[in-house]
Amino acid sequence: MALSDKDRIFTNLYGTQPWNLAAARMRGDWDGTAAIMAKGRDWVVEEMKQSGLRGRGGAGFPTGLKWSFMPKERPADGRPVYLVVNSDESEPGTCKDRDILRHDPHKLIEGCLIAGMAMGATAGYIYYRGEYFNEGNILQAAIDEAYDAGLLGKNAAGSGYDFDLYSHRGAGAYICGEETALIESLEGKKGMPRLKPPFPAAVGLYGCPTTVNNVETIAVVPTILRRGAGWFAGIGRPKNSGTKIFCLQGHVNKPCNVEAEMSIPLRELIDRYAGGVRGGWDNLLAVIPGGSSTPMIPKSVCDDVLMDFDALREHKTGLGTAGVIVMDKSTDLIKAIQRLSAFYKHESCGQCTPCREGMGWVNRVMMRMVEGRAEIDEIDVLEQVTRQIEGHTICALADGGVWPVQGLIRHFRPMMEERIAAYKAAHFPMAAE
Amino acid sequence: MSAPHDHHEHVEPASFAFDADSEAQIAKIVARYPEGRQASAVIPALYIAQKQMGRLTGSAWVPRIAMDAVAARLGMAPIRVYEVATFYFMFNTKPIGKFHLQVCGTTPCWLRGSDDVLRACKDAGHLKGYGDTSPDGLFTMTEVECLGGCVNAPILQVDDDYYEDMDYESTVKLLEALKRGERPKPGSVIGRQTSAPEGGPMVLTGSEE
Repeated sequence: MALSDKDRIFTNLYGTQPWNLAAARMRGDWDGTAAIMAKGRDWVVEEMKQSGLRGRGGAGFPTGLKWSFMPKERPADGRPVYLVVNSDESEPGTCKDRDILRHDPHKLIEGCLIAGMAMGATAGYIYYRGEYFNEGNILQAAIDEAYDAGLLGKNAAGSGYDFDLYSHRGAGAYICGEETALIESLEGKKGMPRLKPPFPAAVGLYGCPTTVNNVETIAVVPTILRRGAGWFAGIGRPKNSGTKIFCLQGHVNKPCNVEAEMSIPLRELIDRYAGGVRGGWDNLLAVIPGGSSTPMIPKSVCDDVLMDFDALREHKTGLGTAGVIVMDKSTDLIKAIQRLSAFYKHESCGQCTPCREGMGWVNRVMMRMVEGRAEIDEIDVLEQVTRQIEGHTICALADGGVWPVQGLIRHFRPMMEERIAAYKAAHFPMAAE
Repeated sequence: MSAPHDHHEHVEPASFAFDADSEAQIAKIVARYPEGRQASAVIPALYIAQKQMGRLTGSAWVPRIAMDAVAARLGMAPIRVYEVATFYFMFNTKPIGKFHLQVCGTTPCWLRGSDDVLRACKDAGHLKGYGDTSPDGLFTMTEVECLGGCVNAPILQVDDDYYEDMDYESTVKLLEALKRGERPKPGSVIGRQTSAPEGGPMVLTGSEE
């Protein structure tokens, strides 16, 4: 059974209606917010746990559990407590939060107030990527509307709770999607990740307890609480519940964003909502299922894999941000992955040596692999070096940078070997005989 | 990471001061952060400086003296502002053309034909390649990484605006319009409703009601 419109949270995903407060209220936003908040932070956290919501920013950490790590009491020294919303959205293949910011900002703002209360936060910052200039202007206008209507600030939405919310524009750095780099950036510094521990829940923004959540995670909160944890948990497989915005792109007939149920088969997702693979399903070569960091899967896996955290993990990849990059048989897969290697090289913050040096090295080797100007056993060297990089840095950028290469080698090693053989045949015809 | 750069010499202006417009914007933004945390406003303040340069000189960039003005305004050591201005990709530390053509070349755009967008920018903009500024000073072209609009790939960002679902012909058309002083409406150039599929939404059509 396909998800029906009545179970869709983002009813203005495509911006067919205005984003403003009046239209948002018509869509059900800000309905009974104070009554929800009156049930208290423990109730909200418990309800979020029951809903099974896992973070929508890529890592898939259970949201209710994350909130429960925040201090139960305000710090005795009077430090504030912060909610920070991550809208850096820079993982290649991901463009879902953009639609929330520009078409449904009030879902996010209401979510911030409720989530903020549930973690005892006094204020929130929404950090959006610098390129989302126009989207950020809409978000700020929506925040201004919310203040004017008494939905933010003192006694927000008549709840008796005081909560301030601000937008903050970044400046084009993928690394700022890493939560501690984002906090550094928000403090006015270079976006270099912090060593953990201490975790942000203890020492975050300005040294205060902080939780960083993705836009989509926060924006679904009000609807979950209004309709009940059971409703959300009833969609998708256990531990993978709810609805999710998928970004369907690449070699599909009709690229689009769509909110669908978790655990939907990949093939159904593409066929039903994106008009199918260009040239038909049999023309499919591989799919990167969850944004650039998630290793690609070949057609044989795509045939019946389900789109959720656990099913994709079984195939050594992940749901990530649910940016589904489809590649048909015309694709030079080695080039497609090399371009991702170039991306990670460009975006490395330079703090850790394995990443700073490693992303450049991997990209240089991958550029030779695109040509085939390499030796066969260099494929093994490449694979081994990615294992040396992985897990040896402060943050996960380098992990995300090597996983696509590992996925390529895992599933398409013969293609790389053929490329090398073809290069040798073209350049050293005598030796090849 | 490094800021975009070319090999041409450039002249740093002798002075920079925020004008009244910029001062008003800075005051509004600084108020968003707690007392003593004004450094948080460094990125927004650098944008304001860059915009002001664009407004007053036709080239939106941040000269070093403007970074010093940001440092003075926010009570920061100048080196901390230089660090930020050079770490983040969106600050131009050298002069640029009137229009900043930012071609996304990351895999999702590449799969949908970003090479054609690049070729069209070179042809119609009279640009040799990334980092180049056209002889008439109209265009500077930069390769950017994923812009986060992948279901509308390929994307060409002109200054702050995304032009989506581009191909060779539509890119040439856009550049010709910019040359004529027109500013076509941003968004999908093939008439899609934002991120909905071509031909109109398949869901949220109201047909279930």
